[in-house]
Amino acid sequence: MHDTMVDYEKQMGLENFHPSLVKGPVGINMNSLGEADLFGSEPKIDARGVNFYYGSKKALNNINLGFLPRRVTAIIGPSGCGKSTFIRLLNRMHELVPGTRLEGEILLDGLDITGPACDAAELRKRVGMVFQKPNPFPKTIFENVAYGLEVNGVTDKELIRGKVIDSLKKAALWGEVKDRLKDSALGLSGGQQQRLCIARCLAVEPEVILFDEPCASLDPISTGKIEELILELKKEYTIIIVTHNMQQAARVSDRTAFFLMGELIEEGRTERIFKAPRDKRTEDYITGRFG
Amino acid sequence: MNRKKERLIKYLFTTLAFASLAFLIGIVLVLFKEALPIFAKVGPKAFLLGESWYPTAEPPEFGILPLILASLWVTAGALVICVPLGVGSALYLHELAGPRQRAVLKPVIEILASVPSIVYGFFGMVILAPWLQDTFELPIGLCVLTTSIILGVMATPTVASIAEDALSYVPRSFREASFAVGADRWQTLTKVIIPAAGSGISTAIILGMSRAIGETMTVLMVAGGSAVIPSSIFDPVRPMTAAIAAEMGEAPVGSEHYNALFAIALILFLITFVFNIAAELISRRFRLKLGLSR
Repeated sequence: MHDTMVDYEKQMGLENFHPSLVKGPVGINMNSLGEADLFGSEPKIDARGVNFYYGSKKALNNINLGFLPRRVTAIIGPSGCGKSTFIRLLNRMHELVPGTRLEGEILLDGLDITGPACDAAELRKRVGMVFQKPNPFPKTIFENVAYGLEVNGVTDKELIRGKVIDSLKKAALWGEVKDRLKDSALGLSGGQQQRLCIARCLAVEPEVILFDEPCASLDPISTGKIEELILELKKEYTIIIVTHNMQQAARVSDRTAFFLMGELIEEGRTERIFKAPRDKRTEDYITGRFG
Repeated sequence: MNRKKERLIKYLFTTLAFASLAFLIGIVLVLFKEALPIFAKVGPKAFLLGESWYPTAEPPEFGILPLILASLWVTAGALVICVPLGVGSALYLHELAGPRQRAVLKPVIEILASVPSIVYGFFGMVILAPWLQDTFELPIGLCVLTTSIILGVMATPTVASIAEDALSYVPRSFREASFAVGADRWQTLTKVIIPAAGSGISTAIILGMSRAIGETMTVLMVAGGSAVIPSSIFDPVRPMTAAIAAEMGEAPVGSEHYNALFAIALILFLITFVFNIAAELISRRFRLKLGLSR
């Protein structure tokens, strides 16, 4: 299997490209079908040879996947395929669950984040996360956004206030909450709560934002607002979104990765993945034959 | 036939369900009926604020302030012991203990709750009191301090267990959200988890307090029994429950002394009643705050 892959890459003249591109399935995607934007820049985050275990159960098998800066990459796949597990490795949220083991490297701007040399709290400031279910704290709207600044040692009240307002504006929530910053965040609707969580994430000025099925519990209108927001945020941030909604992946993402049973099956430009999937399994999934 | 049977079952369970209400009403009625004569005779103010309790002297004096203060002192002392112990254990169990430690510690703490109060009393009398007497060179080992320590240990499992429940009701998503913006474990605990569980922890403390103030057998054995207003933690005291238990046997039915003891019981009942209502209100607010009731 591996040999044929290497042969294929040689035929395509790919062996001299970025290592993440020649090792695994990402390399396969590198052909003439308009994958050009991969060559424009180095990946912001680059997972290389990642294996992941819950206890003795292997949940991810040899994942090689890069994420480009200022692009939205969608990770799709059926439930239990490992897509959420995978993005939780990128900000080391998996460490909150005991008994897990990670092999391989994950590079952020070329530096490995998996080792003890990398501080998890520092990493999480750079790689923010928005969760499946909106999870504002039972505090006021203002305190929710200010929280990340406070835990990171910002004490200047004016600075905090400025950043809270900025973040709420960026999260397209300011207009709806500007007169009720001191109200409980739990009084907001689900969609507003999710945008508040996005604002909370933006306040600490991350470089990468991970969205773990951010619209799973939202109605279509709220979902639309979040998607618009993602397209807006893409101008500044590297965005990775896990979704089981393929229309959503098609609407918001530049690139799409398809996971199945802990393996990365295929990755490429979203348009190409949906129009001309190379792998039979990808085709079966996106045409709704399973999953 | 079937409908008849169903109706019968319905009535049966309705009766059972309302039985506790009936008991409660019965108890309250009896307390009021037996207590009122002494309020009529002495006057509520003299009864509650009177500083001497000599129910069998001639003429008798029915001032229960020394008893109320004794109860408050030992309860406050017990809180000083059981709040750090109980809340600390809960935090440890919730935050630091691994699954294996938890599997041992939690049942052990709960077994502490199942030790009969007479055993605590024995322990206090035979081991703790003599030791304290030697250590602090006290005239008597049975005092506020001894009682507070024993009551505090007795109330610890109540506090620990309810506080741990409160902590575990805090959704895991709060914790994830906190870590995800770069907070560490300590910040997450103090800024998110404890505030979110705050009212649950207050409920735990109030219920621990009820447990301490209502405890009888232990205080009867270790409090020292002297009905004077305490001036230090080394004074022997007679808390309300101990007074009732010790004196009820010798008070002639229907006498003023008898009525006075009922009045003490009524006051005690009202105090614990207020505690329980407070605990209920706080925990309701807590559920609302976490969005669990929606």
